Amino acid sequence: MDQYTLNMLVVGATFALYIGIAIWARAGTTSEFYAAGRGVHPVLNGMATGADWMSAASFISMAGLISMVGYDNSSFLMGWTGGYVLLALLLAPYLRKFGKFTVPDFIGDRFYSRTARLVAVVCLIVASITYVIGQMTGVGVAFSRFLEVEKDVGLYIGAGVVFFYAVFGGMKGITYTQVAQYCVLIFAYTVPAVFISLQLTSNPLPPLGLFSTHTESGLPLLQKLDQVVTDLGFNSYTGHHTNTLNMFLFTMSLMIGTAGLPHVIIRFFTVPKVSDARWSAGWALVFIALLYLTAPAVGAMARLNLVDTLYPQGIASEAIAYDERPEWVKNWEVTGLLKFEDKNDDGRIQYYNDKSAGFAQTAADRGWNGSELTVNNDILVLANPEIANLPGWVIALIAAGALAAALSTAAGLLLAISSAISHDLIKNTINPNISEKKELLAARISMAVAICVATYLGLNPPGFAAQTVALAFGLAAASLFPALMMGIFSKRVNNRGAVAGMLSGLIFTLIYVFWYKGWFFIPDTNMLPDTADNWVFGISPVSIGSVGALLNFIVAYTVSLMSKEPPAEIIELVESVRTPRGASGAHAH
Amino acid sequence: MSNTTKVENEVGTSSSKSAYWAANLRLIKICLVVWFTVSFGFAILLRPMISGIEFAGTDLGFWFAQQGSILFFLAIIFTYSIKMNKIDKEHSVDE
Repeated sequence: MDQYTLNMLVVGATFALYIGIAIWARAGTTSEFYAAGRGVHPVLNGMATGADWMSAASFISMAGLISMVGYDNSSFLMGWTGGYVLLALLLAPYLRKFGKFTVPDFIGDRFYSRTARLVAVVCLIVASITYVIGQMTGVGVAFSRFLEVEKDVGLYIGAGVVFFYAVFGGMKGITYTQVAQYCVLIFAYTVPAVFISLQLTSNPLPPLGLFSTHTESGLPLLQKLDQVVTDLGFNSYTGHHTNTLNMFLFTMSLMIGTAGLPHVIIRFFTVPKVSDARWSAGWALVFIALLYLTAPAVGAMARLNLVDTLYPQGIASEAIAYDERPEWVKNWEVTGLLKFEDKNDDGRIQYYNDKSAGFAQTAADRGWNGSELTVNNDILVLANPEIANLPGWVIALIAAGALAAALSTAAGLLLAISSAISHDLIKNTINPNISEKKELLAARISMAVAICVATYLGLNPPGFAAQTVALAFGLAAASLFPALMMGIFSKRVNNRGAVAGMLSGLIFTLIYVFWYKGWFFIPDTNMLPDTADNWVFGISPVSIGSVGALLNFIVAYTVSLMSKEPPAEIIELVESVRTPRGASGAHAH
Repeated sequence: MSNTTKVENEVGTSSSKSAYWAANLRLIKICLVVWFTVSFGFAILLRPMISGIEFAGTDLGFWFAQQGSILFFLAIIFTYSIKMNKIDKEHSVDE
């Protein structure tokens, strides 16, 4: 059976499974549509949260990002997992006790303010839509690469499947499909990693392999890796080469951004009890950690494999001749993600750091005329099975896994968007007397519209799509997380304080990002070039969310202390949120 | 704790409620100190200080940055959940 048919079969089978689940898990009430009837087992919810959280970026890009830089990109690993500690300790159990359906619900009720609710809705929609664009383009790319269909056709098929289970099943359909998608994606990610780890270190567990001995050289794997990359003029893999303050703030922004992203928070509304929300955050991190502990191993091993492939006799000897390049290099050259340009016309592939001034002399002595290979970060995970010479079904699995990662996150984001529209805007702002049945219909229509908008944006991605993910985290970190936390942990912060805090965090973050990236991301409207020399104290625009959050806390407290205390019923609400007993149980209508 | 004899559905008096909240806050503080130390501490700020501690061809700070912190995060959440379940029961606010 050829690779194409195999890919079709495996992807087709997973899609059939998702549709089967959709038919089985239809939503009949708003509680089922928004919160899966609050009857999801904490372990299953943990799995669904894992798939909800791990996007195309986690699955495809993260290992590559770590691979090319090493230690300095550890922020992604710590940031995207450490947020779950904040969720479990500071938000999830209390918001579950609050017992409503959306994140703006809590902000609106706790700060007894329609403005606060609307600000939260805006932050939620901007953060979620920017995020969903990336998922939709990911779906198109995965389709076109593995199934040889047009990118647009791939996007329509993916959107169609999501439409089916999200519109009919709501949170209930999404939850059980996410559980299946988690299984597909984690299997696809770890199987090739196990084989690569076995080949390089004889240890079958990649996270242990990363810290064990490189079989061929007898040196510790990371020491060997440091050696080969520095021999090619690159920064050492394990060394620290960036601004410490910026790394600190970037990690912090990713953590509080993670904890403040609405599509993750609403997953914890689906479990029966407050204690289940705590457990569930733990289980979610278990399932996420399986991938996040594998990713750094994949990154380091892939980098070593790449250098070994290009310098088969060692770095001191000649690089590989272009005509002798392995099969996987040929396969990926076709996609344009791997490019060779023979700059010194010797028919060999020299790969080194041509930006290093210290290495320029060595390169000149060896007759090298610039690095001749450009590698896109994203191919590392996708090409892994081919690099490790694994059978065709593993390659097919990677295709299904990448699609599962993108679709599951897209569905979670779309639900967050549609429930904010049908519940916060229609039910709680425009027409409070709407019946349950009509609200359910409104939720389904909002979901359908959200999918159409996301598909449109996936087909015509705005030029700034890649940069806006940073914005999504910045917004969640600077506006939503502090408001939610103060709503639970302070009885003093009032309506004015919360609104002032959210707005100042939001506006400060937006301006800092726009200052370097251009106003509303329009090219050439930036006030200063987006380079480290121009950043204030070396703080990159992607790291500014945590500073915005700090500002939010300070402004909210100051304004609250200068104005009236919250009324007695709000104090009571806070008391009740803090006490687990009395959470409305499973299947409450 | 003085209210364990109360009717099942009723939550304790305000004094036991504030004792419950204080116990929760104490636990959260301890957990967050560990959370901060293993990630921002050992993996970033304190890494130069502990760079002498070798670990599998690199230093302990690198291990914390790419693996150790995640394992500690897991331990923190599960410890918190187990302890909170106990505290919930002691203050009879469990579900």
